[in-house]
Amino acid sequence: MFMTNPEDKLENAKPKVSGGSGISRRSFLSVTAAAALPLALDGANRQTSAQPQTAQNPRDAVPMRLRVNQRDYNLNLDVRTTLLDALREHIDLTGSKKGCDQGQCGACTVHVNGQRVLACLTLAVAAQSADITTIEGLAQDGKLHPMQQAFIDHDAFQCGYCTPGQIMSAVACVQEGHAKSPELIREYMSGNLCRCAAYPNIVAAVTQARDFMEA
Amino acid sequence: MRPFLYESATDMPGALKSGLSNADAANRAPTQFLAGGTTMIDLMKLDVMQPSKLVDIRKLNDPALRGVQATSQGLRIGALVTMAEAAEHEAIKRDYPVLSESLWMAASQQLRIMATVGGNVLQRTRCNYFRDVSYANCNKRNPGSGCAAIDGVNRLHAVLGGSDQCIAVYPGDWAQGMIALDAQVEIASERGRRSIPFAELHREPGTTPHIETVLRPGELITAFTVPAGPHTRRSLYLKIRDRESYAFALTSAAIALALDGDKVTDVRIAVGGVATKPWRVKVAEDSLRGQPLNEATALRAAQAAFAGAKPQKYSEFKVRLGQQTVVRALLKARALEV
Repeated sequence: MFMTNPEDKLENAKPKVSGGSGISRRSFLSVTAAAALPLALDGANRQTSAQPQTAQNPRDAVPMRLRVNQRDYNLNLDVRTTLLDALREHIDLTGSKKGCDQGQCGACTVHVNGQRVLACLTLAVAAQSADITTIEGLAQDGKLHPMQQAFIDHDAFQCGYCTPGQIMSAVACVQEGHAKSPELIREYMSGNLCRCAAYPNIVAAVTQARDFMEA
Repeated sequence: MRPFLYESATDMPGALKSGLSNADAANRAPTQFLAGGTTMIDLMKLDVMQPSKLVDIRKLNDPALRGVQATSQGLRIGALVTMAEAAEHEAIKRDYPVLSESLWMAASQQLRIMATVGGNVLQRTRCNYFRDVSYANCNKRNPGSGCAAIDGVNRLHAVLGGSDQCIAVYPGDWAQGMIALDAQVEIASERGRRSIPFAELHREPGTTPHIETVLRPGELITAFTVPAGPHTRRSLYLKIRDRESYAFALTSAAIALALDGDKVTDVRIAVGGVATKPWRVKVAEDSLRGQPLNEATALRAAQAAFAGAKPQKYSEFKVRLGQQTVVRALLKARALEV
């Protein structure tokens, strides 16, 4: 709700799930909250610059620019905002999941400059001038990434909550060269917990995608 | 999380200046440096750490803070090198395997990519009573308030180096390799630079468990150096955990060994998961130097390493497990082909 580029806001506020009303639960809540806080929005909507600025009062919102999935987002956020909350609550990219919110489960894994990191332990303000990729940015030209396809092919999930983090982690795992054997995959994917215990299928999926990605 | 000021430092003098500013007598560490943030942000969310300002040093381009230099004299590792980078550095893997292994066996790959080695050595304890602010009695968090762990569930706590005020374990792995290899720590502040032995960086809790290191406010670790030696190649890290990966050590051993035939010419032993700070056991090393290395001499060294152990109600197992970890690590090091 602190987006300053109205086009960005419109684009990203499109309902993602078409129910009976055509409005997703998430965007409904978001619209309701915005309607209730017109003054707060007005105050927070002032022009921002791409340069990090130092607030004088720790409660002041800080202007920042994040580059996510090759688009720039100008935001004005409480400095405490994590990258995960910035993505989910302010850019409306809800694919990255909040599991433990303390760096123990891997559900929030995204790529920063091509490397996998935990968005829940990253301050949004510290992620400026980096290229951030989320699960929403993985498919290209409407075609699933080989890792996404492999997770479907191998039924590598049950409830699906950890899946975006698993897939982002797995893509990086292959790119790092840490997917050369099932043992290595298990070791280097150990930061992504799956409470449904789909692990054998995840290892099979990573193996398939590795062969495809390296071909 | 409490509100704080955020500053991204662009050069070293600026970072060091910011690190000293904003002093507040009521807050012991009002300004903190932020690098990977994997401990800092976690503990700020839990309200365990309450800095009023963070100085982000991650974007500093100062070459002194970056890169690994390997020469015939030894290693120099910049403090902003990530755990993942150091773990996979070819010279470290080949010539100082204990340093690579103690890194890749720690945390998860995501955390290792974020976390820097400078921050890693300053990782705070995982003691649940320290991390859970609903316990008022934690001398580390709230000096003079008591220790909930001593009468609590202390299975994961220290059996070495504790006091009647704190038994929180130092959780790191890499530090065991660093203390074993006689590393040095380079430190900078606005007042100047100094270099100290790694073994002097951390303090035992004693009567002041809230003071964990000898770093003074505004001081920043800039690099580590590790001297070369005939023992560094035959080195390894053995880590025993509740699960096979992505867990803190119940017990661990960092070993570096130089042999002449089966006789020990030099040996370094540090144990992790069992002590309140990185824990080198020179008495165990002394018992082995000049001796043949076999199961009997290894066990004698391991027993010497834990001679002063003071287990708690639930941590009795760590003494035996710790000894066996040292024995197995020593014999494994002997068998290494270097």
